[in-house]
Amino acid sequence: MSDEALSEEAMQNEVVEVRVHTDPVEEAVERLTERFPEVVEDPRPDFGGYMVPANQIRDVAAYVRDELGFDYLSSVTGLDLIDEGKMEVVYHTYSIDKGGSALVLKVHVDREEPTVPSLTPMWPGADFQEREIWDLYGINFEGHPDQRRILLWDGFEGHPMRKDWHEPFYEEEHKPFGSRWPGGEVFRAEERNPYGKNVQYPAGWQPESLEFNPDTEVYAGMTVTREATPGLKTEKVTVNMGPQHPSTHGVFRMVVTLDGETVLKLEPVMGYLHRNHEQIGERNTFIQNIPFTDRLDYLSSMGNNHGYVLAVEQLLGSKVPERAEWIRILMVELNRISNHAWALGFLLNDMGAFQTPALYMITERELIVDFFEATAGSRMMCNYMRFGGVAYDLPTEFRGQPTMEFLDELIYEQIPRFIEEMDVYLTNNEIVRARGIGVGTLSAEEAIAYSTAGPVLRASGVPYDVRRAEPYSYYDELDFDIAVFYNGDVYDRYLVRIEEMRQSVRILKQILPHLRSTMGAPIVEGKPQYAIRVPRGGDAYGRVENPKGELGFYITAKTRSSNPERYHVRAPSFINLTALGKMCRGHKVADIVTILGSIDIVLGEVDR
Amino acid sequence: MATEALTSDVPVPDELRSNVFVTSLDKVYNWGRRNSVWPMVFGLACCAIEMICTAASRYDLARFGMEVFRATPRQSDLMIVSGTVTKKMVPTIVRLYNQMPEPRYVLSMGACASGGGPFKEGYHVVDGIDKFVPVDVYVPGCPPTPQALINGLIALQEKIDQQSILTAPWYRKDTPSELVPIPALGPDLVDLRQLDIIRRHAGTVQEHTITELAQKTD
Amino acid sequence: MYGLGIVKGMAVTLRHFTETYLDDLRWAFRGGRYHNEEALKVRQHLGKNRGAVTINYPEEKLPMPERFRFIPFLVTDDPPPGQNWGHDWCTSCGICAKVCPPQCIWIKRGTKPNGRPKPEPEEFYIDIDICMNCGFCAEFCPFDAIKMDHDYELADYDRTYSHIHDKARLSKPISYWREIVPAKAAAEEAARELAEQSKGKRRSKDDEPEPQLADDVQRQLFYKGVLY
Repeated sequence: MSDEALSEEAMQNEVVEVRVHTDPVEEAVERLTERFPEVVEDPRPDFGGYMVPANQIRDVAAYVRDELGFDYLSSVTGLDLIDEGKMEVVYHTYSIDKGGSALVLKVHVDREEPTVPSLTPMWPGADFQEREIWDLYGINFEGHPDQRRILLWDGFEGHPMRKDWHEPFYEEEHKPFGSRWPGGEVFRAEERNPYGKNVQYPAGWQPESLEFNPDTEVYAGMTVTREATPGLKTEKVTVNMGPQHPSTHGVFRMVVTLDGETVLKLEPVMGYLHRNHEQIGERNTFIQNIPFTDRLDYLSSMGNNHGYVLAVEQLLGSKVPERAEWIRILMVELNRISNHAWALGFLLNDMGAFQTPALYMITERELIVDFFEATAGSRMMCNYMRFGGVAYDLPTEFRGQPTMEFLDELIYEQIPRFIEEMDVYLTNNEIVRARGIGVGTLSAEEAIAYSTAGPVLRASGVPYDVRRAEPYSYYDELDFDIAVFYNGDVYDRYLVRIEEMRQSVRILKQILPHLRSTMGAPIVEGKPQYAIRVPRGGDAYGRVENPKGELGFYITAKTRSSNPERYHVRAPSFINLTALGKMCRGHKVADIVTILGSIDIVLGEVDR
Repeated sequence: MATEALTSDVPVPDELRSNVFVTSLDKVYNWGRRNSVWPMVFGLACCAIEMICTAASRYDLARFGMEVFRATPRQSDLMIVSGTVTKKMVPTIVRLYNQMPEPRYVLSMGACASGGGPFKEGYHVVDGIDKFVPVDVYVPGCPPTPQALINGLIALQEKIDQQSILTAPWYRKDTPSELVPIPALGPDLVDLRQLDIIRRHAGTVQEHTITELAQKTD
Repeated sequence: MYGLGIVKGMAVTLRHFTETYLDDLRWAFRGGRYHNEEALKVRQHLGKNRGAVTINYPEEKLPMPERFRFIPFLVTDDPPPGQNWGHDWCTSCGICAKVCPPQCIWIKRGTKPNGRPKPEPEEFYIDIDICMNCGFCAEFCPFDAIKMDHDYELADYDRTYSHIHDKARLSKPISYWREIVPAKAAAEEAARELAEQSKGKRRSKDDEPEPQLADDVQRQLFYKGVLY
């Protein structure tokens, strides 16, 4: 046996060794139930996770974090269990070191005046998520430092995600609506509303009680505080950035308290693009949600599709054919490149390199977007993945050239050439370095505590990537490195994205032979169906490493139901923003836009 | 000088309206306006990405004199409402619209801005920006491709071509342009033009407070 | 050396700048780079261009790929002379209305004189202000009766009436579909023929081998669900 073969075998052995590690969750659960006998497995059939009494959640969380090593609180989800008269909060925690699946903790409280102890003092990453649950479900988090509405505005009537709250254009609990067929008489929903608009007011409400002053409303926070320092006249100014601002990447608003030019406090204000994704998702059937996920992070719709179908496939128990998996990886990695190209272009825009880098990046992105258009039918809203496969096979021809030839050219020549060109163009540019190095630093501990994900987490020196930590699809068979940098500043986040693009190219090169060898193989399991019912109910959490970070879909469903009971999106952009205030503190006001650009948010996902 | 004469309070006789001089002046006037429509940097949602792609080199809005995206409403002629309008955002949009100088145009890009789009059924989505500000051109699609957006912009240019310096409302003193009252955020979005309807549905009508509220928001 | 990074970057921008003009020169003797069919073909393929490329819409339009989806339309038979459309393919089975994610399709099923449902829509509406161009209706229609149109030039000054497409507006003959997506239309036709044949087979219980189709057509059938 030659040396090469030997070393290959040794490598394979190593891989096998890594794969057979014991499940960290099982081990942790053993210790947890020993320490807290009240913590029991979710008694409902097909539901995972562990029930924790509400008064113990803090102790349990501290134990889980400090003793068991599940130090990363990925997602906090609220649920309304109206049939049982309960409200539920679900926590997904991960171990950064060990990887693997989530240790899921669940808290049940009464539906009347639900109160759960807040985990924000322990895990600051829970801050916005708990505020969102308060906003949409009205679950009160005791001990939360700043419990206000986050997506809606103060004064909004009701908590809209509760199952007994109905929106103004409410038709039926679930789609399809009966008014569409067979007696479909067309109407516009506003025609059936007394105000001709998508509004409703509580019974007996009089507009006289409206306390409204447009100036204070819009310029809220533009205040000057004078401090009586002896001998020195100082003042703090609170300014408002957004929601209409060229560098907030959409309709995002920040209220910044400044001392001179230095940021003392920054508070993100969001909800300007709150499109009720989750509520519509619970009205929809399973398949109807796929095109809606496109509109979450609209720069990486393929990744969103992938996360959602993974979650539902867990409930359906589908097996994805080999070719479909390769096509999925092809699409998701191309999407990662196009998303990072966009993110870097606009990060440079924020740094003051106005337009030129962004224009180059958009040109390269167009190439990938064109391919999406030819394959999936739309430039941005791909709607490409289906449960158990993908919607269409790759086209045989693209722009008068065989598709595989085009992909060879794209992956071996054009994208690497573009990445290297951008590297020469920008990486060592003195201005980029000056604006990036040491700005917006986040240490590894902080990055974990704030539940950041994706390039933000990895730029802080935490090598956590869902593709490696809990491999889905065929990622465990692919050879690639996790891009990690250690300074946690804007410049490192820039470098992480450049490196991730290179790694994506590496992955793409590996999957091309598989695409060739599986040509003509099935691309979807079974017959494509539109009426999909889950054979078993229960809950499922599907997560993928999206370009922005860990994108998770938490879905619960009743047995034989055709629509999700709860549909929650763990949006990486939204949770990454929790750390924005921390990152900006102490920096100049001009650095805010750079730091925000380096997080790379998409408002469709932040506000959902 | 000619403009001054035309826009004075002296009524223009009907036979003069078909004057060759005026029509050719209209042509020059509209030629200038149609080829320098400055849009506002104003991205709301997914459609904004396609709008940026339209402005980038592949589709290149500079060919229409529209490449000058202004960050301030005071310098822009066109507001491209590119994406879903939510209840929390609509006060800002109306305010921006009010801040734009006349002549101002609004292009509603995509299904969401035109009529709520796929998110119309949601509780926080405005079912069409035209419920609040007048819209000149609608571009359907979800999202419209860059070419579809350019098609809409050309439609806007055609609309500009049809306007006449004689009838343009922004030179007339008898019809001052009215500001759209900025909607308020109460228990739900409150369009201040609808106060009496809201009151009627609440059961009782109190006449005297309508003016009070209107004054409050002026 | 301080400033070297900037100089290198400037070299990149300079190259981008000159490449565009060099491309122009390269095409100068072949009819120019713009308003030239041949040049447009090359220019669509962005990777084959070094410099910046611009599609001169509306003078020249980017051809849409076959799978491109915009607003749906209804397929009818080719119209008899003097009429705009022929017999509807739609049987008003309602699958598109059920699968439509934003529920933008309204179908009024036709009734026969005896009160029984008629497999033909009496009225068919699509509110294009709600439609999200997802293509599910076309994907799951078992009769190939609803398809995604390629006509994106729909800008309008008013939406009150024009944005709810009724049956008259939606109906387009099958020849239009063949024109905009020749390959897919041909594959669908082959699939329909095969389905017809196998239907006839089942009735006669004949043991003749099934007609074989080319690979790509078979894949299409697979996707359409005909092979199951």
